[in-house]
Amino acid sequence: MSKQPTRVTVNGKAHARIVESRLTLADFLRHELGLTGTHLGCEHGVCGACTVLVDGRTTRSCLMFAVQANGSEVTTVEGLAPDGELSVLQQAFIDNHGLQCGFCTPGMLITLTELLRDTPEPSEQEVREALTGNLCRCTGYAGIVAAALDAAQRLRNGSGG
Amino acid sequence: MKPAPFDYHAPRQLQEAADLLARLPNAKILAGGQSLVPMMNFRYVMVDHLVDLGGVEDLRGIAVADGMLRIGAMMRQRDLEMSADVARYCPLVTEALHHVGHRQTRNRGTIGGSLAHADPAAELPAVCAAYDAVIHLASTRGIRAVPFRKFTAGFMATVLKPDEMIAAIDLPIWRQGHGHGFHEFARRHGDFALAGAAALLDVGAGNIVRQAALALCGVATSPIRVEAAEARLIGQPLDAALIRSAAAAAWLVEPISDIHAGGEYRRHLAQVLSMRALTDAARRAGVDVPVVM
Repeated sequence: MSKQPTRVTVNGKAHARIVESRLTLADFLRHELGLTGTHLGCEHGVCGACTVLVDGRTTRSCLMFAVQANGSEVTTVEGLAPDGELSVLQQAFIDNHGLQCGFCTPGMLITLTELLRDTPEPSEQEVREALTGNLCRCTGYAGIVAAALDAAQRLRNGSGG
Repeated sequence: MKPAPFDYHAPRQLQEAADLLARLPNAKILAGGQSLVPMMNFRYVMVDHLVDLGGVEDLRGIAVADGMLRIGAMMRQRDLEMSADVARYCPLVTEALHHVGHRQTRNRGTIGGSLAHADPAAELPAVCAAYDAVIHLASTRGIRAVPFRKFTAGFMATVLKPDEMIAAIDLPIWRQGHGHGFHEFARRHGDFALAGAAALLDVGAGNIVRQAALALCGVATSPIRVEAAEARLIGQPLDAALIRSAAAAAWLVEPISDIHAGGEYRRHLAQVLSMRALTDAARRAGVDVPVVM
């Protein structure tokens, strides 16, 4: 039982694999499925770079085993918009200098995607609180906060990008 | 792969989980995994068997009966944070949960996992101390109920036997109209607290304190009740001077010193945070005391 059959739907596509129990969801996404958009920083639940949505809820994929995701739906940064397109939030990151090196960006985008889904009109304080679980060493967060508020505004206006 | 190899078990029933824990050597329970998996990634913890309680429906749910709010051990912290029943009957839990980790960890972390892990700085054990919670422990021998003050057994230790799991937590419901307060000091929002204070106050006619509870986390090897503070409060008319006097009783604690903070600093925090938590509790109980900073 150190290996388990595991079925996971990732970004709308069903996958079935036999995986080692000790394989984290993050390593499953990156090594088994080749979805390297999910980044691994600390691998002990502090930095938030590996954040993905599991059944619609943000989760640190380094703190979850792939076998625990059996039967679940996972959304990674690759699933936020169709190939070649950007989500409203992703475009807002570009427009507001919400990234520099880009390492933390996948986790930031997933965290803020959940926030904007549940809280369409967030205050700056709510955005900052949501971001406490994601570390960025480049931007000083100001651009990320601005991007989140800008994206919320654009989504409310229904103006898309 | 970072963790050492292990066999994974995903029971669907409480009985099945208890059987596995009784049978398997060197087994550990996986609840939300937000403390265990980091330790496994570091190989501080190496197990032969991991019993994942995530699929055990019997361990979920919130119910109100006999003056108690019963919470299933596998309830996710985020679900408790959003629960209208928890906010209505045990609002101190809701308040404290805002300080527990981050939304990403609360989405996975469970109340049972937090209690079993027993980090001295953790918020939920302090809340259980304040409420005089009753912890229900399940095994193949049945279920035994343990009062919270007998549940902790020193630094990151509990009376849980290797084959036992937490099944549910009972929190006594205080009279509607009681006040609650929770304050902590951490270097970053969501970090473990250097110190924290949880307060409950029930106030009757003439602002006389009928019932009081003050618990601290982060200052000792496990959460502690400040009984001297409670004794100063009960039966007295509640005002700012009484709160100051009660909070000063937190000076009596013998805090731990570590790389994060010295004992003297923690003792100072214990008093200041007690004052803030008691002040919030008093104001929510309808007593007009000034806000303290």
